[in-house]
Amino acid sequence: MTVFGVALLAVCTLIGVFIGDLFGVALHVKANVGGVGIAMMLLIAARVWLTRHGGLPPGIKLGVEFWATMYIPIVVAMAAQQNVVAAVRGGPIVVIAAVATVALCFAAVALIGRLGRDRKHEAEVEGELERGGKVIAGAFQPGDPEHPTATPKEV
Amino acid sequence: MLHMIEHVFIEQSLVAAFGVVGAVMWLSLAMSRRFTAGRVHGSAIAIVFGLALAYAGGLMTGGQKGLADVPVFAGIGLMGGAMLRDFAIVATAFEVDVVEARKAGLLGVLSLGLGTILPFIVGVLVALAFGYHDAVSVTTIGAGAITYIVGPVTGAALGADSTVMALSIATGVLKAVIVMVGTPLVARMIGLDNPRSAMAFGGLMGTVSGVAGGLAATDPKLVPYGALTATFHTGIGCLVGPSIFYLAMRALMG
Repeated sequence: MTVFGVALLAVCTLIGVFIGDLFGVALHVKANVGGVGIAMMLLIAARVWLTRHGGLPPGIKLGVEFWATMYIPIVVAMAAQQNVVAAVRGGPIVVIAAVATVALCFAAVALIGRLGRDRKHEAEVEGELERGGKVIAGAFQPGDPEHPTATPKEV
Repeated sequence: MLHMIEHVFIEQSLVAAFGVVGAVMWLSLAMSRRFTAGRVHGSAIAIVFGLALAYAGGLMTGGQKGLADVPVFAGIGLMGGAMLRDFAIVATAFEVDVVEARKAGLLGVLSLGLGTILPFIVGVLVALAFGYHDAVSVTTIGAGAITYIVGPVTGAALGADSTVMALSIATGVLKAVIVMVGTPLVARMIGLDNPRSAMAFGGLMGTVSGVAGGLAATDPKLVPYGALTATFHTGIGCLVGPSIFYLAMRALMG
Protein backbone atom coordinates (compact mmCIF):
# COMPACT_ATOMS: atom_id res chain seq x y z
CA MET A 1 0.00 0.00 0.00
CA THR A 2 1.18 3.48 -0.90
CA VAL A 3 0.58 4.82 2.57
CA PHE A 4 3.19 2.40 3.93
CA GLY A 5 5.81 4.23 1.88
CA VAL A 6 4.60 7.62 3.10
CA ALA A 7 4.49 6.30 6.67
CA LEU A 8 8.01 4.85 6.35
CA LEU A 9 9.21 8.25 5.17
CA ALA A 10 7.37 9.94 8.04
CA VAL A 11 8.78 7.56 10.66
CA CYS A 12 12.35 8.02 9.34
CA THR A 13 11.90 11.81 9.35
CA LEU A 14 10.45 11.88 12.88
CA ILE A 15 13.15 9.62 14.33
CA GLY A 16 15.90 11.54 12.54
CA VAL A 17 14.65 14.94 13.68
CA PHE A 18 14.20 13.60 17.23
CA ILE A 19 17.80 12.34 17.30
CA GLY A 20 18.92 15.70 15.87
CA ASP A 21 17.09 17.46 18.71
CA LEU A 22 18.75 15.14 21.25
CA PHE A 23 22.17 16.01 19.77
CA GLY A 24 21.24 19.67 20.08
CA VAL A 25 20.35 19.28 23.77
CA ALA A 26 23.47 17.21 24.46
CA LEU A 27 25.69 19.83 22.81
CA HIS A 28 23.80 22.77 24.38
CA VAL A 29 22.87 24.11 20.94
CA LYS A 30 19.57 25.87 20.25
CA ALA A 31 19.18 24.04 16.97
CA ASN A 32 18.60 20.64 15.48
CA VAL A 33 21.95 19.00 14.71
CA GLY A 34 21.76 17.02 11.49
CA GLY A 35 18.26 15.62 12.03
CA VAL A 36 17.37 15.57 8.34
CA GLY A 37 20.70 13.98 7.43
CA ILE A 38 20.13 11.25 10.03
CA ALA A 39 16.61 10.72 8.66
CA MET A 40 18.09 10.32 5.17
CA MET A 41 20.52 7.68 6.42
CA LEU A 42 17.64 5.84 8.14
CA LEU A 43 15.66 5.83 4.90
CA ILE A 44 18.68 4.57 2.94
CA ALA A 45 19.13 1.82 5.54
CA ALA A 46 15.44 0.92 5.28
CA ARG A 47 15.72 0.68 1.50
CA VAL A 48 18.77 -1.57 1.72
CA TRP A 49 17.08 -3.77 4.35
CA LEU A 50 13.89 -4.09 2.32
CA THR A 51 15.75 -4.95 -0.89
CA ARG A 52 17.66 -7.68 0.89
CA HIS A 53 14.54 -9.10 2.50
CA GLY A 54 12.41 -9.91 -0.49
CA GLY A 55 12.60 -6.74 -2.56
CA LEU A 56 10.98 -3.33 -2.45
CA PRO A 57 7.16 -3.53 -2.53
CA PRO A 58 5.85 -1.20 -5.28
CA GLY A 59 3.50 0.53 -2.85
CA ILE A 60 6.30 1.58 -0.53
CA LYS A 61 8.37 2.72 -3.49
CA LEU A 62 5.50 4.81 -4.86
CA GLY A 63 4.78 6.36 -1.46
CA VAL A 64 8.38 7.50 -0.96
CA GLU A 65 9.12 8.46 -4.53
CA PHE A 66 6.00 10.58 -4.86
CA TRP A 67 7.47 12.90 -2.24
CA ALA A 68 10.83 12.87 -4.00
CA THR A 69 9.09 13.98 -7.20
CA MET A 70 7.42 16.83 -5.26
CA TYR A 71 10.85 18.07 -4.20
CA ILE A 72 11.32 20.73 -6.90
CA PRO A 73 7.82 22.24 -6.60
CA ILE A 74 8.32 22.41 -2.84
CA VAL A 75 11.66 24.15 -3.36
CA VAL A 76 9.92 26.67 -5.64
CA ALA A 77 7.36 27.33 -2.88
CA MET A 78 10.29 27.70 -0.48
CA ALA A 79 11.90 30.28 -2.78
CA ALA A 80 8.60 32.19 -2.91
CA GLN A 81 8.63 32.76 0.85
CA GLN A 82 12.19 33.98 1.33
CA ASN A 83 12.64 37.46 2.73
CA VAL A 84 14.06 38.71 -0.57
CA VAL A 85 13.22 42.35 0.16
CA ALA A 86 15.41 42.37 3.28
CA ALA A 87 18.19 40.54 1.46
CA VAL A 88 18.21 43.03 -1.41
CA ARG A 89 17.91 46.09 0.83
CA GLY A 90 20.63 45.03 3.26
CA GLY A 91 23.10 47.55 1.94
CA PRO A 92 26.77 47.19 0.97
CA ILE A 93 27.94 45.26 4.04
CA VAL A 94 25.36 42.53 3.37
CA VAL A 95 26.06 42.40 -0.37
CA ILE A 96 29.83 42.27 0.03
CA ALA A 97 29.74 39.66 2.80
CA ALA A 98 27.30 37.41 0.94
CA VAL A 99 28.93 37.69 -2.50
CA ALA A 100 32.46 37.16 -1.15
CA THR A 101 31.34 34.18 0.94
CA VAL A 102 29.60 32.46 -1.95
CA ALA A 103 32.49 33.15 -4.37
CA LEU A 104 35.06 31.75 -1.93
CA CYS A 105 32.95 28.66 -1.22
CA PHE A 106 32.37 28.02 -4.95
CA ALA A 107 36.16 28.15 -5.41
CA ALA A 108 36.60 25.70 -2.53
CA VAL A 109 34.10 23.30 -4.16
CA ALA A 110 36.17 23.47 -7.35
CA LEU A 111 39.28 22.57 -5.36
CA ILE A 112 38.14 19.84 -2.98
CA GLY A 113 35.27 18.45 -5.08
CA ARG A 114 37.87 16.79 -7.27
CA LEU A 115 39.64 15.02 -4.41
CA GLY A 116 39.62 11.24 -4.64
CA ARG A 117 37.12 10.73 -7.43
CA ASP A 118 36.51 7.13 -8.42
CA ARG A 119 35.46 7.38 -12.05
CA LYS A 120 35.16 3.62 -12.45
CA HIS A 121 32.52 3.38 -9.73
CA GLU A 122 30.80 6.51 -11.05
CA ALA A 123 30.50 4.89 -14.47
CA GLU A 124 29.05 1.73 -12.88
CA VAL A 125 26.28 3.60 -11.07
CA GLU A 126 25.61 6.10 -13.87
CA GLY A 127 22.31 4.39 -14.73
CA GLU A 128 21.07 4.47 -11.17
CA LEU A 129 22.09 8.11 -10.79
CA GLU A 130 20.25 9.09 -13.95
CA ARG A 131 17.18 7.23 -12.77
CA GLY A 132 17.30 9.01 -9.41
CA GLY A 133 17.67 12.32 -11.21
CA LYS A 134 14.60 11.59 -13.31
CA VAL A 135 12.54 10.69 -10.25
CA ILE A 136 13.52 13.86 -8.39
CA ALA A 137 12.97 15.98 -11.50
CA GLY A 138 9.47 14.51 -11.67
CA ALA A 139 10.21 13.26 -15.19
CA PHE A 140 10.21 9.52 -14.50
CA GLN A 141 8.02 7.65 -17.01
CA PRO A 142 6.67 4.14 -16.66
CA GLY A 143 8.95 2.00 -18.81
CA ASP A 144 12.10 3.92 -17.93
CA PRO A 145 14.84 1.67 -16.55
CA GLU A 146 13.84 0.37 -13.12
CA HIS A 147 15.58 0.76 -9.79
CA PRO A 148 18.64 -1.49 -10.05
CA THR A 149 18.27 -2.30 -6.36
CA ALA A 150 14.91 -3.94 -7.07
CA THR A 151 17.08 -7.03 -7.34
CA PRO A 152 19.25 -7.60 -4.26
CA LYS A 153 22.90 -6.65 -4.70
CA GLU A 154 25.92 -6.64 -2.46
CA VAL A 155 26.65 -3.31 -0.85
CA MET B 1 -17.56 36.98 -7.10
CA LEU B 2 -13.96 38.03 -6.60
CA HIS B 3 -14.55 37.91 -2.88
CA MET B 4 -15.82 34.32 -3.15
CA ILE B 5 -12.74 33.23 -5.12
CA GLU B 6 -10.57 34.85 -2.49
CA HIS B 7 -12.49 32.97 0.17
CA VAL B 8 -11.85 29.63 -1.55
CA PHE B 9 -8.12 30.38 -1.84
CA ILE B 10 -7.91 31.25 1.85
CA GLU B 11 -9.94 28.28 3.02
CA GLN B 12 -8.12 25.79 0.79
CA SER B 13 -4.70 27.34 1.28
CA LEU B 14 -2.48 24.30 0.71
CA VAL B 15 -4.54 23.08 -2.24
CA ALA B 16 -4.37 26.57 -3.74
CA ALA B 17 -0.58 26.55 -3.27
CA PHE B 18 -0.35 23.28 -5.24
CA GLY B 19 -2.24 24.97 -8.06
CA VAL B 20 -0.16 28.14 -7.99
CA VAL B 21 3.18 26.31 -7.88
CA GLY B 22 1.99 23.95 -10.61
CA ALA B 23 1.20 26.96 -12.81
CA VAL B 24 4.64 28.48 -12.11
CA MET B 25 6.33 25.17 -12.97
CA TRP B 26 4.32 24.82 -16.19
CA LEU B 27 5.13 28.35 -17.28
CA SER B 28 8.83 27.89 -16.43
CA LEU B 29 9.13 24.63 -18.33
CA ALA B 30 7.44 26.20 -21.35
CA MET B 31 9.82 29.17 -21.20
CA SER B 32 12.82 26.86 -20.83
CA ARG B 33 11.84 24.92 -23.95
CA ARG B 34 10.73 27.87 -26.01
CA PHE B 35 13.30 30.55 -25.32
CA THR B 36 16.41 28.61 -24.28
CA ALA B 37 15.88 25.31 -26.14
CA GLY B 38 16.09 23.56 -22.78
CA ARG B 39 19.57 24.90 -22.02
CA VAL B 40 18.38 26.69 -18.90
CA HIS B 41 16.59 24.17 -16.63
CA GLY B 42 12.88 24.80 -16.16
CA SER B 43 13.40 24.38 -12.42
CA ALA B 44 16.05 27.14 -12.43
CA ILE B 45 13.58 29.52 -14.07
CA ALA B 46 10.87 28.43 -11.62
CA ILE B 47 13.11 29.19 -8.63
CA VAL B 48 13.91 32.66 -10.00
CA PHE B 49 10.17 33.16 -10.50
CA GLY B 50 9.62 32.09 -6.90
CA LEU B 51 12.18 34.60 -5.64
CA ALA B 52 10.64 37.36 -7.77
CA LEU B 53 7.19 36.54 -6.34
CA ALA B 54 8.72 36.61 -2.86
CA TYR B 55 10.10 40.08 -3.59
CA ALA B 56 6.72 41.28 -4.89
CA GLY B 57 4.95 39.78 -1.88
CA GLY B 58 7.42 41.40 0.49
CA LEU B 59 6.90 44.81 -1.13
CA MET B 60 3.11 44.42 -1.03
CA THR B 61 2.76 43.35 2.58
CA GLY B 62 5.95 44.58 4.23
CA GLY B 63 6.18 41.15 5.86
CA GLN B 64 9.09 38.78 6.16
CA LYS B 65 7.71 35.69 4.45
CA GLY B 66 7.52 36.86 0.86
CA LEU B 67 4.49 35.70 -1.09
CA ALA B 68 3.26 33.65 1.87
CA ASP B 69 2.31 36.88 3.69
CA VAL B 70 -0.36 37.61 1.06
CA PRO B 71 -3.48 35.95 2.59
CA VAL B 72 -4.60 34.21 -0.62
CA PHE B 73 -1.13 32.67 -1.02
CA ALA B 74 -0.67 31.67 2.61
CA GLY B 75 -0.58 28.01 1.58
CA ILE B 76 2.80 28.64 -0.07
CA GLY B 77 4.11 29.07 3.47
CA LEU B 78 2.98 25.57 4.41
CA MET B 79 4.02 23.94 1.13
CA GLY B 80 7.50 25.49 1.12
CA GLY B 81 7.91 25.56 4.90
CA ALA B 82 10.52 23.61 6.79
CA MET B 83 8.21 20.64 7.48
CA LEU B 84 7.36 19.63 3.92
CA ARG B 85 10.76 20.78 2.62
CA ASP B 86 12.57 18.42 4.99
CA PHE B 87 10.05 15.64 4.24
CA ALA B 88 10.78 15.93 0.51
CA ILE B 89 14.54 16.17 1.09
CA VAL B 90 14.46 12.95 3.13
CA ALA B 91 12.47 11.28 0.32
CA THR B 92 15.23 12.05 -2.19
CA ALA B 93 17.56 9.87 -0.08
CA PHE B 94 15.76 6.90 -1.64
CA GLU B 95 17.78 7.61 -4.80
CA VAL B 96 21.20 7.67 -3.11
CA ASP B 97 23.90 5.23 -4.12
CA VAL B 98 25.13 3.97 -0.75
CA VAL B 99 28.68 3.17 -1.83
CA GLU B 100 29.21 6.58 -3.38
CA ALA B 101 27.83 8.39 -0.33
CA ARG B 102 29.96 6.37 2.08
CA LYS B 103 33.12 6.92 0.06
CA ALA B 104 32.57 10.66 0.09
CA GLY B 105 31.93 10.74 3.84
CA LEU B 106 35.35 12.10 4.79
CA LEU B 107 35.18 14.68 2.03
CA GLY B 108 31.79 15.71 3.42
CA VAL B 109 33.25 16.23 6.90
CA LEU B 110 36.15 18.26 5.49
CA SER B 111 33.79 20.42 3.46
CA LEU B 112 31.52 20.98 6.49
CA GLY B 113 34.52 22.25 8.45
CA LEU B 114 35.64 24.57 5.67
CA GLY B 115 32.07 25.63 4.96
CA THR B 116 31.75 26.86 8.54
CA ILE B 117 35.16 28.53 8.92
CA LEU B 118 35.53 30.24 5.53
CA PRO B 119 32.19 32.14 5.58
CA PHE B 120 32.79 33.16 9.18
CA ILE B 121 36.22 34.64 8.34
CA VAL B 122 34.78 36.51 5.35
CA GLY B 123 31.90 37.85 7.44
CA VAL B 124 34.27 38.96 10.20
CA LEU B 125 36.62 40.72 7.78
CA VAL B 126 33.74 42.58 6.10
CA ALA B 127 32.32 43.58 9.50
CA LEU B 128 35.73 44.91 10.56
CA ALA B 129 36.08 46.81 7.27
CA PHE B 130 32.72 48.48 7.93
CA GLY B 131 33.80 49.70 11.33
CA TYR B 132 32.46 47.09 13.75
CA HIS B 133 35.07 46.47 16.43
CA ASP B 134 33.31 44.67 19.26
CA ALA B 135 33.55 40.89 19.47
CA VAL B 136 29.76 40.37 19.78
CA SER B 137 28.81 42.29 16.61
CA VAL B 138 31.68 40.91 14.57
CA THR B 139 30.87 37.33 15.61
CA THR B 140 27.15 37.81 14.86
CA ILE B 141 27.78 39.15 11.36
CA GLY B 142 30.34 36.41 10.71
CA ALA B 143 27.81 33.81 11.87
CA GLY B 144 25.20 35.26 9.50
CA ALA B 145 27.55 34.51 6.63
CA ILE B 146 27.36 30.83 7.66
CA THR B 147 23.53 30.63 7.39
CA TYR B 148 20.61 32.88 8.21
CA ILE B 149 19.75 30.63 11.13
CA VAL B 150 23.25 30.51 12.64
CA GLY B 151 23.36 34.34 12.58
CA PRO B 152 20.35 35.09 14.80
CA VAL B 153 20.96 32.05 17.05
CA THR B 154 24.50 33.30 17.70
CA GLY B 155 23.40 36.92 18.03
CA ALA B 156 20.65 36.02 20.50
CA ALA B 157 23.05 33.93 22.58
CA LEU B 158 25.59 36.78 22.73
CA GLY B 159 23.02 39.55 23.18
CA ALA B 160 23.85 41.36 19.95
CA ASP B 161 22.29 44.68 18.91
CA SER B 162 19.10 44.37 16.82
CA THR B 163 20.53 46.24 13.80
CA VAL B 164 23.50 43.86 13.82
CA MET B 165 21.09 40.92 14.01
CA ALA B 166 19.17 42.29 11.01
CA LEU B 167 22.42 42.63 9.02
CA SER B 168 23.40 39.11 10.02
CA ILE B 169 20.07 37.60 8.91
CA ALA B 170 20.07 39.61 5.66
CA THR B 171 23.58 38.35 4.86
CA GLY B 172 22.46 34.75 5.34
CA VAL B 173 19.30 35.19 3.24
CA LEU B 174 21.20 36.90 0.44
CA LYS B 175 23.76 34.09 0.54
CA ALA B 176 20.94 31.54 0.12
CA VAL B 177 19.45 33.53 -2.76
CA ILE B 178 22.82 33.84 -4.54
CA VAL B 179 23.45 30.10 -4.13
CA MET B 180 20.01 29.28 -5.57
CA VAL B 181 20.47 31.49 -8.61
CA GLY B 182 24.24 31.25 -9.07
CA THR B 183 24.85 27.51 -8.78
CA PRO B 184 23.55 26.52 -12.23
CA LEU B 185 25.66 29.31 -13.75
CA VAL B 186 28.96 28.16 -12.26
CA ALA B 187 28.25 24.41 -11.97
CA ARG B 188 30.37 23.45 -14.96
CA MET B 189 33.25 25.69 -13.92
CA ILE B 190 33.50 24.24 -10.40
CA GLY B 191 33.08 20.65 -11.57
CA LEU B 192 29.69 20.17 -9.93
CA ASP B 193 28.49 17.20 -11.96
CA ASN B 194 28.99 14.12 -9.78
CA PRO B 195 27.87 12.88 -6.34
CA ARG B 196 31.26 13.55 -4.69
CA SER B 197 31.43 17.19 -5.70
CA ALA B 198 27.74 17.53 -4.75
CA MET B 199 28.57 16.35 -1.22
CA ALA B 200 31.45 18.82 -1.04
CA PHE B 201 29.11 21.51 -2.35
CA GLY B 202 26.48 20.74 0.31
CA GLY B 203 28.98 21.00 3.13
CA LEU B 204 30.69 24.13 1.83
CA MET B 205 27.59 26.11 0.88
CA GLY B 206 25.69 24.88 3.89
CA THR B 207 22.50 26.89 3.75
CA VAL B 208 19.88 24.15 3.21
CA SER B 209 17.53 26.35 1.20
CA GLY B 210 20.39 27.57 -1.00
CA VAL B 211 21.72 24.06 -1.59
CA ALA B 212 18.23 22.61 -2.12
CA GLY B 213 17.39 25.30 -4.67
CA GLY B 214 20.80 25.46 -6.32
CA LEU B 215 21.07 21.72 -6.94
CA ALA B 216 17.46 21.42 -8.10
CA ALA B 217 18.20 24.10 -10.68
CA THR B 218 21.48 22.48 -11.73
CA ASP B 219 20.88 18.73 -11.86
CA PRO B 220 18.22 16.93 -9.78
CA LYS B 221 20.29 13.75 -9.50
CA LEU B 222 22.79 15.60 -7.29
CA VAL B 223 20.15 16.78 -4.80
CA PRO B 224 20.28 13.98 -2.22
CA TYR B 225 24.10 14.03 -2.01
CA GLY B 226 24.26 17.77 -1.42
CA ALA B 227 21.40 17.62 1.08
CA LEU B 228 23.08 14.82 3.02
CA THR B 229 25.95 17.11 4.07
CA ALA B 230 24.14 20.46 4.02
CA THR B 231 21.64 19.40 6.67
CA PHE B 232 24.45 19.09 9.23
CA HIS B 233 25.75 22.55 8.48
CA THR B 234 23.35 24.76 10.45
CA GLY B 235 23.64 22.58 13.56
CA ILE B 236 27.43 22.74 13.48
CA GLY B 237 27.32 26.49 12.88
CA CYS B 238 25.00 27.00 15.86
CA LEU B 239 27.38 24.88 17.92
CA VAL B 240 30.62 26.74 17.17
CA GLY B 241 29.23 30.25 16.53
CA PRO B 242 28.39 31.38 20.07
CA SER B 243 31.17 29.26 21.61
CA ILE B 244 34.53 28.68 19.88
CA PHE B 245 34.14 31.45 17.30
CA TYR B 246 33.02 34.02 19.86
CA LEU B 247 35.84 33.11 22.27
CA ALA B 248 38.36 33.34 19.44
CA MET B 249 37.06 36.80 18.47
CA ARG B 250 37.13 37.99 22.06
CA ALA B 251 40.69 36.73 22.47
CA LEU B 252 41.76 38.45 19.25
CA MET B 253 40.09 41.76 19.95
CA GLY B 254 40.55 41.97 23.68
